[in-house]
Amino acid sequence: MLKLEKRPQPSQLWIYLTPLIAVLATMAAGSVLFAFLGKDPVVAIRTIFWDPLFSEFAFYYRPQLLVKGAPLVLIAIGLSLGFRAGIWNIGAEGQYIIGALTGAGVGLAFYPLDAWFVFPLMVIAGALGGWAWAMIPALLKVRFGTNEILVSLMLVYVAEQLLASMSLGLMKNPEGRGFPGSRNLQHYESAHNAELITGTGMHWGVVAAFIAVITAYVLLNRHILGYHIRLTGQAPRAARFAGVVPARLVLFCLGTAGALAGLAGMFEVAGPAGQVSIDFNVGYGFTAIIVAFLGRLHPVGILLAGALLALTYIGGEIAQSQLGLPAAAIQLFQGMLLFFLLAIDVMTNYRLAWQRREVA
Amino acid sequence: MTGTLLSIDGLTKAYPGVIANDDVSFDIREGEVHALLGENGAGKSTLVKMIYGLVKPDEGHMRLNGSPYAPAAPHAARASGVAMVFQHFSLFEALDVAENIALGMESPPPMRDLAKRIREVSELYGLPLDPTRTVGELSAGERQRVEIIRCLLQEPRLLIMDEPTSVLTPQEVEILFETLRKLRDEGVAILYISHKLEEIRALCDHATILRLGKKVATCTPSETTARELAEMMVGSTLQSPESAPHAAGDVVLELDRLSVASPSQFGTSLRDLSLELRMGEVLGIGGVAGNGQDELLAALSGEIRSAKGALRLKGRDIGPLGPIARRRMGLLSAPEERLGHAAAPDMSLTENAMLTGAQREGLVRHGLLQWGKARSFAEAIIERFDVRTPGAGTVARALSGGNLQKFVIGREVMQRPEVLIVNQPTWGVDASAAAAIRQALLDLASQGAAVLVISQDLDELMEISDRFGALNEGRLSEIRPARGLSVEEVGLMMGGAHGMEVAHV
Repeated sequence: MLKLEKRPQPSQLWIYLTPLIAVLATMAAGSVLFAFLGKDPVVAIRTIFWDPLFSEFAFYYRPQLLVKGAPLVLIAIGLSLGFRAGIWNIGAEGQYIIGALTGAGVGLAFYPLDAWFVFPLMVIAGALGGWAWAMIPALLKVRFGTNEILVSLMLVYVAEQLLASMSLGLMKNPEGRGFPGSRNLQHYESAHNAELITGTGMHWGVVAAFIAVITAYVLLNRHILGYHIRLTGQAPRAARFAGVVPARLVLFCLGTAGALAGLAGMFEVAGPAGQVSIDFNVGYGFTAIIVAFLGRLHPVGILLAGALLALTYIGGEIAQSQLGLPAAAIQLFQGMLLFFLLAIDVMTNYRLAWQRREVA
Repeated sequence: MTGTLLSIDGLTKAYPGVIANDDVSFDIREGEVHALLGENGAGKSTLVKMIYGLVKPDEGHMRLNGSPYAPAAPHAARASGVAMVFQHFSLFEALDVAENIALGMESPPPMRDLAKRIREVSELYGLPLDPTRTVGELSAGERQRVEIIRCLLQEPRLLIMDEPTSVLTPQEVEILFETLRKLRDEGVAILYISHKLEEIRALCDHATILRLGKKVATCTPSETTARELAEMMVGSTLQSPESAPHAAGDVVLELDRLSVASPSQFGTSLRDLSLELRMGEVLGIGGVAGNGQDELLAALSGEIRSAKGALRLKGRDIGPLGPIARRRMGLLSAPEERLGHAAAPDMSLTENAMLTGAQREGLVRHGLLQWGKARSFAEAIIERFDVRTPGAGTVARALSGGNLQKFVIGREVMQRPEVLIVNQPTWGVDASAAAAIRQALLDLASQGAAVLVISQDLDELMEISDRFGALNEGRLSEIRPARGLSVEEVGLMMGGAHGMEVAHV
């Protein structure tokens, strides 16, 4: 009889092996899915994972890796802090939207002023917007003990309504001939989050993502606050004994995650997206949850996982246009990744053991 | 009534890395109280788990009333007439007594009949118990009665009791013993597990002594001295902790009518605790489990804040201060629960050294952690307190209970506390480690620190305390010099028989 046995120590090998196996299992299960949809699985997998990097048109797709990866990594870093402490912010998508709205709002308010301080002010406004949106579940949790998972998730839908309202109303382009959506910030130089080096995809959001990775690494490994975050996640009672004030940690983790998600939204709206529009958000806030777990809640892991998920976004778009795969199939594919990861994760703390069936 | 009831022959059980039982053989006769004596880790639990069908032996066999006996599961053991009262109760606090008993039965009778049976049996054996009371309101002694009556309703021929007196006051112990003697006289065999020697001498007819999984001796306890029993159990002569003579100094910690609400629903709130703790003394706080010990530790460590003026350290009001500020002022503590409270199970010993050592050992500078220093601090603890582990990188949960306890106590002692609060410092720790921990506490006191020991082990408290008080339902008894206190006086301070009726036998 096959039996799960708890390991005396978490296996270091499996910690690194799990994400790799999860990716392979997702590819296998994804192939079956694509085959059922009537597509050649090998071609589909190659289109998603290979073509963006090495095909004839890779020069166009490669910069996209940074463009798609940066918001994922930025958001996931913020989420990972909370996840490590057992604080579950599921509403990064909403914080991302609000950050974009406040960031773009500041930019649009200054239009057409040409000044150096417009963009920095937008950055601050974006971070503050996301932070404030995350403070709603945080304060409710600290004050009334509400569940932050539900509140933060529900606020995503509120944020989406707000986005629709803004792009149809307050922020609508007065010169847009009635089309929904704001002015395009790409055409407003003081507010444009332009590529820092042309043709690379490198913009300020990518820089912020790298800074976030390094800061989070230092915080978690070298700073007392990061230690308290890890301690709270692993042994909440020991954390209180050590002197951690749980409420402060909730405020810090949700606040940081919100601010980073808000920054991601702001960099996106001022750069690659260009304008506030009804369909501005494409699910980075939710995909970032997968990124955070796939990266083992470890900053460097998140960097790699962000790149991988960015790849599936780009590859998914190619597969949609070239193979006619439905968009939902790609989302399913990303979801499977998280599913397999969590399932295989059991092996980190448990091992399989053959056991003789004992005769009664 | 002298026939052999259960015959155990060559039972062996090995776990990875340790042989829990090695070729153990002995007989239990009808109508006797048979003691199973041994230190923590001697293999007592594994042995009774095999008898009760929870663990299957690797080798050896048992015979019950002459026929082969190999229970596959506890219900098979119960069907054969073997019942067991565990040290840790398995009761639902929100349900009443009768409901709890019904849950433990294979085919419970209708509730009304069951309530009647519970009344009959409890009266018959001198353990009065109201079947309609909610278990959450019962004292530990009454909860134990629920477990015992659950067993007695099955009319067992062999009753196994695992350290039953660890939750009782001396007066409650006497009531329990009356019940057990009555059962014995009716022909029931009782397997009594304990490491408390005086109890065994008072109650048991025969004793089997285990050491490191092997049976090392059998004896008749009433004809053997406690010291002889102890030496058979430990296998060497025991070193009693020695206290250097010292005079109690100034008051450092002062509790003035400290009242604290328990954070958990069935916890015990502290009511009007007043005491003065002096430099250089060891103050022992006894009491049956669940009478406010956890809450007292939390209120002193700073995990629970208290009202202004109720708690003063060196004259300064520390009620509103958290654990970190109190540590800076020299008040350190070690909670009872090692894994998950005193230490984080999945963190290394280095990381666990950081847990309380961050402030006083200078392991943090400008918020940045000094891992190198933390590692040397952990290594220093491991060396001085003889913690058996491959190294400071080992995770806490990989250590045995005794070794982790030495680490946890050592971590606080090494930080040169001015006041040290410990809860159950030697719980589940083998005798030599326990002696080392007690010695460390005494040494600390003789160097001028004030030590407050909360413990349920009365022998331990009497051995190391200068003064003694007891917690009972969240209140503190009068505090008296420990020297010269009789067992009866201590029992009364712990709440006597808690108003439980004495057996009408």
